[in-house]
Amino acid sequence: MILLDRVSKTYNGRGVALERISMHVEPKEFVIIVGPSGAGKSTLFKLLTREEKPTSGKIIVGGMDYEHLKDRDVPLLRRKIGVVFQDFKLLTNKTVFENVAFALEIAGIGNNEIKNTVPKVLDIVGLKGKTNNYPPELSGGERQRVAIARAIVRQPKILIADEPTGNLDPKHAWDVIEVLEKVNRFGTTVLLTTHNMDIVNKLKRRVVTIDGGQIVSDKARGKYQSP
Amino acid sequence: MSTKRKIITAKRIFKNGAVNFWRNIWLSIAAIAMMWITLTILLFAVVANATFGHTIQNITSHIDVSVYLKDTVTDAQRKHLTQQLYQIDNVKSITYISKTEALKQYEAANGNNQDLLSAISQTDNPLPASLDIKPKDPNNLQPLKDFLDREDIQSLQSDPTSYSGDRKAAIDKITSATHFFQQAGVAGIFVFIIISMLIIFNTIRMAIFNRRDELIIMRLLGASTAFIRGPFIVETMLYGFTAAILSLVAIAGLFAVSSQTLHAASLGLLDINYSSTYFKDRLWQILTIQIMAGIIIGAVSSLIATRRYLKHNR
Repeated sequence: MILLDRVSKTYNGRGVALERISMHVEPKEFVIIVGPSGAGKSTLFKLLTREEKPTSGKIIVGGMDYEHLKDRDVPLLRRKIGVVFQDFKLLTNKTVFENVAFALEIAGIGNNEIKNTVPKVLDIVGLKGKTNNYPPELSGGERQRVAIARAIVRQPKILIADEPTGNLDPKHAWDVIEVLEKVNRFGTTVLLTTHNMDIVNKLKRRVVTIDGGQIVSDKARGKYQSP
Repeated sequence: MSTKRKIITAKRIFKNGAVNFWRNIWLSIAAIAMMWITLTILLFAVVANATFGHTIQNITSHIDVSVYLKDTVTDAQRKHLTQQLYQIDNVKSITYISKTEALKQYEAANGNNQDLLSAISQTDNPLPASLDIKPKDPNNLQPLKDFLDREDIQSLQSDPTSYSGDRKAAIDKITSATHFFQQAGVAGIFVFIIISMLIIFNTIRMAIFNRRDELIIMRLLGASTAFIRGPFIVETMLYGFTAAILSLVAIAGLFAVSSQTLHAASLGLLDINYSSTYFKDRLWQILTIQIMAGIIIGAVSSLIATRRYLKHNR
C-alpha cells in the first residue's frame, strides 16, 4: 500500500531531514511511527502528502508513483489519502457538518450524497449530537474526531495521522486512538505518528522508530524505545 | 472527473464566488467603483468619438468648390469643362446652377430682406451661372485648384473660384482638435484600465490573505486549482458586470438630465442629439461591449493575482 525506497530529503541550509528511508506498509496495516522531535516524522508525513518532494528515492502510495505524478494530479492523490493534523486544521466559520461536507464538495460529490454520507461518518466518530456546532464550541478531542471524520468521509484506502493526540489530554487522546482503530478495522491502512509512549505501548502494533532521519528499528509488535 | 461532477464543481465555484463577493462587500465596492469610472470613461469616449466623427462628416460634406461662369460661356463650352473636371480624381459630383436657379436660391436665402431682394430682379440678373463641385476629399483640393487656375479655364470664369469661403480653416482646426481628443481618450482609457486592474489585483490579494488558512486546508484536502482559483475569478467578473451596468446607467442619466447643458458646453459645435440617438440606438450593443470589457478586465487581473499568490501545487 505504501512503499518507500531509499528516500532522502535534504533541505537547503538545514541539512539532512531523512536519509535513505526504506519501508513497506501492507494494506489494512496499522503502523505507528515514533521518534523525538526533529527526527524526521513530519518530513516523512509531508513527503507522503506531496507537500514536499524527496531529494532522492522512490515513493509509491496506493499504486501511484510520486516520481511520475504531475502537479495537476496532486489533488487527485490527496483525495485518495485521508489526512489528520495535530492542529486539526478545521474551518472555524463552518459547522461540524460543513467541515466534513467540505471534503466531499472539493471532490465534486452531489449534495444529496453529502447529506446521506456525512451523518453516518459523524456517527462512526461519535459526534452525532454535535452536527451543528462550530469547532470553537468543541473540546480538543471532539475537534480531532471531526478532523478524522473529514479524513475518512471519502473512504480513503490510507489514513495518515500526524501527531493527532499531540494537543490532547490522555482521555481525549484515547478517544481519538479508538476511532483510528475502528477505522482500521473497517479496512483502512493507518499510519500514525506520535511520541506518546503510553499509546504506543498499549496499542501493541507495528512500531517504526525514526531518529536522526534514519529508521533505527521496525518491530511487528513494538514498544516505545527511548532513543 | 465525470461530467456530472464537473457540473457540480462549476456550480459550487460560481456559488462560492458570489458568496465571497458579498462577504467582502466593502472591498467589492472599492473595486467596482474604480471599474465603474474606467468603464464610464470608456463609454464616454466611444460616444464622443462617434459624435466628433459625425460632426466632421457633417461639416466636410458642406465643403464645395463653386466655379462661376461668364454669361458668354456656351452650353458646349460648359459641357466640355464639366467633362474635363470629372477627369480629376478628387471630384465626386458636379451640379450646374443656371442663372435662373442662382436667382431662386438667392431669393430663398434672403426672403426676409426686401432691400436685398429689390436690388436684383429677373430682368436684370447679375448672378452668374455656376458649377458646384463636391470633392471626395476636402483636404486635397490642390489638383482641382491647379486645373481651375489654368489660363484657358480662367478665361471662362466671371469671378474668382470660391472654396467655401473661410470655413476650410475652421474645419481644419476642428479636425485636428478631434484627433487630439481621440488620442487623449485612448491614453486616458489605457491609464484607467491599468489603475482599476491594480486595484482589483490588490483586492484579490487581500481576499487571499484573509482566507489563507482556508486555502491551505483546501489544498491539503485535495481541492483542484480551478476549485480554489475559480471563486476569485467569478468574484471579479461580478465586479465587472456590476460596474458595466452602473456606467451605462450613469451615461444614460447624463443624457436624460443635461443634454441641454452639454449642447451649450460644446458651443453648439457638436450635435448632442446625435450622441443621444447614437447611444440609444446601440444600447444593447454598448451594454454587451461594456459587460464584456468589465468581465475581461476583472478576469485578467484576478488570473494574474491568483497565479501569483496561489502557487500551483502548494
